[in-house]
Amino acid sequence: MTDTTSTKATEPASEGFSLIAFFRSPAAGAFMGFVVVFVIFAIFGFSRNFLSVPGITTWVNFASLVGIIAIPVGFLMIAGELDISTGAVLPAGAMTVAIVSGHYELPVLVGILVALGIGALIGFVNGTIVTRTQVPSFIVTLATLFAVAGLTLYLSILFINNTNSFYQAPAWAKSLFGGKVFGFNSSVFWWAGLVAVFYYFLHKSPKGPWVFALGGDQESARNAGIPVRNLKIGLFMLCSTCAAFAGALQVITFNSATSQANFGLIFNTIISVVVGGVLLTGGFGTVMGIVFGVLTLAIVTQAIGFTEIDRNLSFLIIGVMLLIAVLMNDTFRNLATSWSTSKKK
Amino acid sequence: MSDKKPVLELRNVDKSFGPIDVLHEISLKVGEGEVLCLLGDNGAGKSTLIKTLAGVHQPTRGEILMDGTPTSFSSPRDAQERGIATVHQFGGTYPLMSVGHNFFMGMEPTKGVGPFKVYDREKANRIAVEEVQKMGITRITDGDRLVGGLSGGERQSLAIARAVYFGARVLILDEPTAALGVKQAAHVLRIVNEAKRRGLAVIFITHQVMHAMAVGDHFAVLIRGAIAADFRKGDKTREEIADLMAGGESMADLEANIEGYMETHDGHPPQPAA
Ligand SMILES: Nc1ncnc2c1ncn2[C@@H]1O[C@H](COP(=O)(O)OP(=O)(O)OP(=O)(O)O)[C@@H](O)[C@H]1O
Ligand SMILES: [Mg+2]
Repeated sequence: MTDTTSTKATEPASEGFSLIAFFRSPAAGAFMGFVVVFVIFAIFGFSRNFLSVPGITTWVNFASLVGIIAIPVGFLMIAGELDISTGAVLPAGAMTVAIVSGHYELPVLVGILVALGIGALIGFVNGTIVTRTQVPSFIVTLATLFAVAGLTLYLSILFINNTNSFYQAPAWAKSLFGGKVFGFNSSVFWWAGLVAVFYYFLHKSPKGPWVFALGGDQESARNAGIPVRNLKIGLFMLCSTCAAFAGALQVITFNSATSQANFGLIFNTIISVVVGGVLLTGGFGTVMGIVFGVLTLAIVTQAIGFTEIDRNLSFLIIGVMLLIAVLMNDTFRNLATSWSTSKKK
Repeated sequence: MSDKKPVLELRNVDKSFGPIDVLHEISLKVGEGEVLCLLGDNGAGKSTLIKTLAGVHQPTRGEILMDGTPTSFSSPRDAQERGIATVHQFGGTYPLMSVGHNFFMGMEPTKGVGPFKVYDREKANRIAVEEVQKMGITRITDGDRLVGGLSGGERQSLAIARAVYFGARVLILDEPTAALGVKQAAHVLRIVNEAKRRGLAVIFITHQVMHAMAVGDHFAVLIRGAIAADFRKGDKTREEIADLMAGGESMADLEANIEGYMETHDGHPPQPAA
């Protein structure tokens, strides 16, 4: 009440979705990158059905499975940690559903719950080792990546004497977890729902800022009373659980599962997160940025066949995109920290 | 010794990190409306002592009393919830987060009901800007502004404003004036006096005799982790305090030593001992 002047001064910035605020956000770069890639692909793909239903659903369906994992991987990166064990957790989740519900014919929900439980357990192990030791999370999750991959192969042989498996889910489960609506897999709708939940958690809920604080200055976060250890373990558990869930969706959608580790997934999630504007050093990033990062990656890797661009160029495009994104993220960070000062002058 | 009701008291507190003993037999009191100045050389254990009071470390031996009853602070949050707010010597701000987020870190205001509580950004920004402006940093008018764009002193002021806002009973400041300009330092001293007038117990760490003299009611000097002197305002002269802060050596002797050395060594100051 004494400070009416200062209250007034904050008002223009408090309008929420102003254009400047949008361009200041790390999601802006990811959005613009997506638009550029989409337009270029639409031009070169006009005669090759890039804009047709199969042309679009191909990359959106791919994006949904990567995206379900990429957002929690992004949370961990914002919190200053890396998780590459996802490449083994997804096949572990898929094989679990196939073995529990397929081979042993238990209800499909039991299979999914066991898969999620295994995911949560792997995340708990990752998080506990990372928070109890000084070992960087890259090394810890590299170790669990191989451990889980090996265990999945070993147990698959033990239980079903095969590294691959088939599973036909009952009709209701098939339409809920692995159905199609206008060519879009159920996983797309699950992803959309999870994006909303993740968006709420990181950007709206009062605990979202804690994730940023972990990556910003962990010591200060602990001094400010934030339960650093539990929060970190929780984020690792979220990440592995999501990877296992993606595995469950995958096996129900495609009716088959493999226990081979999915090393490509590791690169895809991390590239999406970085292209989505999350700083590798932590403390900065958005859910919507990651969503656009995933979509961009999916177009370049999956939809190139619907264009006149040579398929073999897709890796080159990804490499160039990643470099541009890293350089832009740095620029955005500098702009973001200096923005208000220059605006006021 | 103290005529004020003690809010926080340490009795024979020891703290060691594995084999390293940092604090020995510390007994101290700070009462309502009283400023305790903690003085001492670098590495004397001042920050370790206040981290023990802030719930960051647990004492190895000895006890902590709050309002006369033995207690322990299991975590920084625990201490915070009991009204102890601390500005640590380093860090305390997150460069890539907004002024509002920084101010309310760990204590986020919410709006809405039920399980879907939302972080109240407007309220956080408004209060943060008001409180920081009260500290004399009038350049900050936008709570959405990222702290990375502020100067070191502005960040320091933000951290102090935060502690003043949340500190209900005890305010602990670890070298708060170290990064501040003359005007802002004077402001912090005024705020310490204001907190004292409101009945808070204040623990203030500084290396500057002037600042200590300006606010302190009660002084404790730490030398290598032990209390070397404990006295009240007016018991000692400025020179005596300065000597104690230099680790017990006379300041005049130190200066004479340096001058003597420089005379015999072509004006070069002495090399620090290896
Ligand atoms: N976590 C720790 N583990 C081991 N030793 C520590 C730890 N924290 C502090 N010490 C040691 O305790 C001693 C006192 O450190 P402290 O930070 O309390 O000093 P200080 O009085 O605050 O000094 P300054 O004036 O430089 O801030 C130092 O020798 C330091 O190396
Ligand atoms: Mg210190």
